[in-house]
Amino acid sequence: AHLDLKKIELYEMGWNLKDGLRECLVAAAPYGGPIALLKGHYRRSPSARPQLEIYSSSGLPLASFPWKSGVVKQLGWTVSDDLLCVQEDGTVLVYDLWGGFKRHFSMGNEVSQSQVLETKIFHSPYGTGVAILTGALRFTLATNIDDIKLRRLPEVPGLQEAPSCWAVLTQDRQSKVLVANGSQLFILDNTACTPVTPPGLSPQASSIVHMCVSFSYKYLALLTDSGHVWMGTSNLKEKLSEVDTKIKTPPKQMAWCRRPKSQQPSAVVMWDGLLIVVGECKETIQYHLDDDSVLVPELDGVRIISGTHHELLQEVPGACEEIFKIASMAPGALLLEAHKEYEKESQKADEYLREIKEQSLLSEAVRQCVEAAGHEHEPETQKTLLRAASFGKCFLSNFPPEQFVSMCRDLRVLNAVRDYTVGIPLTHTQFKQMTVQVLIDRLVYRKLYPLAIEVCRYLKTPEYQGVSRVLKHWACYKVQQKEESDEVIAKAVSVKLADAAGISYSEIATKAYESGRTELAIKLLEFEPRSGEQVPLLLKMKKSPLALSKAIESGDTDLVYTVVMYLKNELNRGDFFMMLRNQPVALSLYKQFCKHQEQDTLKDLFNQDDDHEELGNFYVKASYKDQRLEARVALLQSAVDEYYKAKNDFSAKTTEDEMRLLRFQRKLEEEKDEQLVGFSLQDTMTTLLSVGLHKHAEQLYKDFRVPDKRFWWLKLKALAEKEDWEELEKFGKTKKSPIGYLPFVEVCIKHHNKYEAKKYVSKVTPEQKVKAHLAVGDMEGAAEAAIERRNESEISTVLSRCSATTDHLLMERLNRAKATAVKK
Amino acid sequence: MAHTEWKDAPGLPDFSLLKRLARDQLIFLLEQLPGKKDLFIDADLMSPLDRIANVTILKQHEVDKLYKVELKPIVNLVNADKVAGRFRRYKIIFTPQKFYACETVLEEQGVYGDVTTDEWNFYILPLDDDILSLELPEFFRDNFLEGDQRWVTTAGSALRLLQSVYGSFSKVYGIGRCAKMVYESWRELMEDGEQRTRQPEFAKVFLVDRDVDFVTPLCSQVVYEGLVDDLFRIKCGSVEFGPDVTSSDKSIKVMLNSQDKVFSEIRNEHFSNVFGFLSQKAKNLQTAYDKRRGMDIQQMKAFVADELKGLKQEHRLLSLHIGASESMMKKKTKQDFQELLKTEHSLLEGFEIRECITYIEEHINRQVSMIDSLRLLCLLSITENGLLSKDYRSLKAQYLQSYGIEHLLTFANLRQLGLLEEQQAGETLTVMESKVGKLVNDKTVGKLTDAFSSLAKKSNFRALSKRLALVPKSGEEYDLRVPRDMAYVFSGAYIPLSCKLIEQVLERDGWTGMEEVTRMLNGQEFAVTEARSKTDAQRIVLVMFLGGCTFSEISALRFLGKERGCRFIVVTTAITNSSRLLEALLDNSA
Repeated sequence: AHLDLKKIELYEMGWNLKDGLRECLVAAAPYGGPIALLKGHYRRSPSARPQLEIYSSSGLPLASFPWKSGVVKQLGWTVSDDLLCVQEDGTVLVYDLWGGFKRHFSMGNEVSQSQVLETKIFHSPYGTGVAILTGALRFTLATNIDDIKLRRLPEVPGLQEAPSCWAVLTQDRQSKVLVANGSQLFILDNTACTPVTPPGLSPQASSIVHMCVSFSYKYLALLTDSGHVWMGTSNLKEKLSEVDTKIKTPPKQMAWCRRPKSQQPSAVVMWDGLLIVVGECKETIQYHLDDDSVLVPELDGVRIISGTHHELLQEVPGACEEIFKIASMAPGALLLEAHKEYEKESQKADEYLREIKEQSLLSEAVRQCVEAAGHEHEPETQKTLLRAASFGKCFLSNFPPEQFVSMCRDLRVLNAVRDYTVGIPLTHTQFKQMTVQVLIDRLVYRKLYPLAIEVCRYLKTPEYQGVSRVLKHWACYKVQQKEESDEVIAKAVSVKLADAAGISYSEIATKAYESGRTELAIKLLEFEPRSGEQVPLLLKMKKSPLALSKAIESGDTDLVYTVVMYLKNELNRGDFFMMLRNQPVALSLYKQFCKHQEQDTLKDLFNQDDDHEELGNFYVKASYKDQRLEARVALLQSAVDEYYKAKNDFSAKTTEDEMRLLRFQRKLEEEKDEQLVGFSLQDTMTTLLSVGLHKHAEQLYKDFRVPDKRFWWLKLKALAEKEDWEELEKFGKTKKSPIGYLPFVEVCIKHHNKYEAKKYVSKVTPEQKVKAHLAVGDMEGAAEAAIERRNESEISTVLSRCSATTDHLLMERLNRAKATAVKK
Repeated sequence: MAHTEWKDAPGLPDFSLLKRLARDQLIFLLEQLPGKKDLFIDADLMSPLDRIANVTILKQHEVDKLYKVELKPIVNLVNADKVAGRFRRYKIIFTPQKFYACETVLEEQGVYGDVTTDEWNFYILPLDDDILSLELPEFFRDNFLEGDQRWVTTAGSALRLLQSVYGSFSKVYGIGRCAKMVYESWRELMEDGEQRTRQPEFAKVFLVDRDVDFVTPLCSQVVYEGLVDDLFRIKCGSVEFGPDVTSSDKSIKVMLNSQDKVFSEIRNEHFSNVFGFLSQKAKNLQTAYDKRRGMDIQQMKAFVADELKGLKQEHRLLSLHIGASESMMKKKTKQDFQELLKTEHSLLEGFEIRECITYIEEHINRQVSMIDSLRLLCLLSITENGLLSKDYRSLKAQYLQSYGIEHLLTFANLRQLGLLEEQQAGETLTVMESKVGKLVNDKTVGKLTDAFSSLAKKSNFRALSKRLALVPKSGEEYDLRVPRDMAYVFSGAYIPLSCKLIEQVLERDGWTGMEEVTRMLNGQEFAVTEARSKTDAQRIVLVMFLGGCTFSEISALRFLGKERGCRFIVVTTAITNSSRLLEALLDNSA
């Protein structure tokens, strides 16, 4: 097995460092992230403050400021490109990419008491973590700094001084610490400290002096004081190789340099001026270093940053090796050759092609070229390979174009972000791992808005996740620019965002408000088309009336309720009512709420509005909920007063009548022991008549000006119900019936008393005679009456009731009469 | 029915899908609470729930006991358990949606922390092939009387559900304030969600507010289905026939929908035709039974296997409907009912109003029926644009004497809705007069001024009726067996205003040319083209009634559909009729 490496120069650094990286504390973020330097860190003079500087990967300055806080032990970057500065006392300060202070947190009392000895910042699927070795030789760990849960790990037995080396592992969904104390190795997890032995570690070593874990946490490399590098899996179950570097001094740094899915282990060890790569075979590859450097482990290699240069060291990818190996006969290599010949218009092109085709490897060849192009850094090489692939594609039918197309797109984006001015040296492998979304986030974070938008448009990212999102971030940044006036900013924002889909102006306005620009926030909210979205911020800004009217405008009742309830708690009662008064929709909603929950508030509301009519109604309603008569009467009296105030004489009088009726009922109830209270006037009279209290019924009839017709109907029915025919006859004779006498006939018949019914037939008016006769079943009489009135329709009615067998003669007469009536 | 149907009337979409969706979501919610659980169900939700998931299904998902609950039960239950020191887990499932106010109430009752909440988005219950109900009877009172618009988004969500399941709409028409709000709410929901373009199953949608047409639901229903609803009250698509119908000592619950072969043939018929139809049907049935005679064994076997069951089923239904219509005939052919109808028709025609008032007065005095009296009063007020002060006061006083002073509040409610008003004499009179003069170029302007005296909600019924020809000329014979227009649903006396509007708008493809009509209806009309489509779906029209619709209106629309070769699907907040409408406005209880 033979290790092929290539070293690519990414950038000549744009910074100008007098002393290189010497005396600097350095931290560079993975995925081509920014670099932080704490200059003069090791020069411990109290007068000169260290300077914190942040650069892009190409060395362009992003921020620089003198360090005024405590002694920094370690710098590191989070997964979202924030800078962490771990101080001696265990306080961690968080800065953004531009040197803006974001927040700080502590690693706990124990750490601040015994001070920080060493720190490691690590990344896991749970976010960015911080591990600390304290002066008391204990480890404290936080797996995710955005959700800090401090864990103090168990003690390491026999540890008298700082361990020779240690590393953080993520295994079994848990962060663990691997510690070497001399030749002993321990794994610390939440509960226990377990001694472990790497399989096949050479016995001549008396101490492990350095260790490193691969990017994926799968592999572990150990360097012993005898100069041997042991490489194996991080679960310590398998040894992959062991190589002697023949150098016994402790190295400055060690890192894995292995690309995913590679068959070979490879680690990089760095000493002053020397870099050694160890792999599977005994031989090592050595590089000379001119300058102080740092290693930045990446997913698929190691970046080497020095005072002047920035390089990438990685294993040569399979596809590239196949193609560019000298005298390679791999299909990709042949295709590249064929294309070269084709460009030269040489017929050899055909020969090469034929050779590939004979082995039916053309599609394989195209694939190789496309893949290799992805790994190449030089645009020219990329182009050559892609042209070859495109050339090969011409001879293939049904070759899926997606891979080729997406590779072209990806490379164009990658070349753009690798540009010196942007300084994000991503490899294709890293890019795929990181995803476009994250790349766009990073561009946005670096305020490279136009580039981010270009990328989105070019990759056809859906507008909602792409362009609109970038614009939103731009706007959020824009509104914080203090030097520009509200008008200018609002205008600029609205012009830029005008036709972008799915923009939430309320979010932007929130940003403006948070940076203390309330007026601007209100202006921006005006652009928000969904009025509902404006409400929460308006409430936060204490713009309650506006919030209320916006909520109402949104037509979302629930939102209106939310605001109303908020205001209810926020304002004093008077102000609250005043505000509702100007908003009828909110008021009616609140009234609804009060109707069910707070009756008394409802009354107050009516009172405030001098709505006497409603107050009257309110008291009436309250009155029939109350069981006690005195209370009822009192409530009704209140209602009467209100109705008079409302100039509603009708309701007032009716209510007064009701009070009178109640008192009357009460009196009678006491005297006669009849259940009456609460009955309507009609029911009261009915009850009185049915128990024979005619006098009292009469009294009501007179007192309450009951219409004659009603009373007559009532009495008629009541008497018939009791079958008091004598009384009924007397009643019928008291005066001329206001309802006529047909009802008498009908009611009697209804109670099956034909005899009584007949008594009234003669009294019925001529118009109703026929009906009356029919009702009592007197066909003759009916016929007589109908003929007398010469009314055709009445004659017909009678006819229809005659039966052909019994009323034969009658029918003849009727028919004759009908004929004359029709003639007339 | 006698009229010819269009041969290619479009088929209706399958609405059982909506039921399945609702059921699946409910089951999902139940399954989120593993183990045995008791289910407390709001009384109003019992029937709709039963249509979605019956007891067996609930039991399958470990529901142990079912309880029916009244007011504020959960809170009491939780507090009682707390006092007793009993520990249980509580979850309140709100349907169709949770309101912020619910949380406020829970908070105020001190149980907010003890319960978890969830939503069951059960928006639509398909009652029949062409009737979808939101089962929100409270919509009417809340929205139109209390001014509480909380249900607007619910209606919007229901529309969105229909759209997401059955495809987008190409054209939306509507009239009324609430209709407009529902449309806007729905548009907003659509903008938030993903857009899907697929072939729509119905392309046109018509939204209408109940308060655009109060006259129609106040009329007595005389079409079979409407009459059954008026007399026996159809609840959630099923009715309970009492002993007088079943001619036994038991009550029987029957589902009334197009599955019932007998019912589906008579539901839209004027009740005077129903009896004849049923007896014909009975004869046919007898003939089918009689086929047995003279059959050999083999034929008999086939008959028993294939036909007998169907015949028996039909027999059972037939006897029920015969029972029902007998009971109807008994009640409805009586003198009273005829006079009632006559009065209604006079009111609609604006003819012999004095006699009508006398009739109503007698109706109140004799205490015939609390609701019916109120109904007649409202009908009088709407058709006459308010009552003369003298009449208003005397009728109101008499009504209060009959049914108690609490109805002062009922009258206040009716006035607020413009259902029962007192004509105001005042300075606005002349203004209105001149306005009316412009509006209605009519010789009777002088007479109309009385009617237009109060400013608020004017029904303008008389003018509308004239312009839209709602009331056919009296004196013409109307053969109810061969209906010639939608008026047949009211014995040929009146074409439902709501349905007439729909007909006109569909015909004109918008409101152009109807400016006067909409002005009289207080405007708020709209017509929006959403997308173009040229499919069969154009002939399926979705009509959404906000505040309820009556079976008479559904029958009228079915008739219109047959005439025009299209199909109407009715979406309503609830099925209503005059009693339900007025009961919602009573204020004598609670």
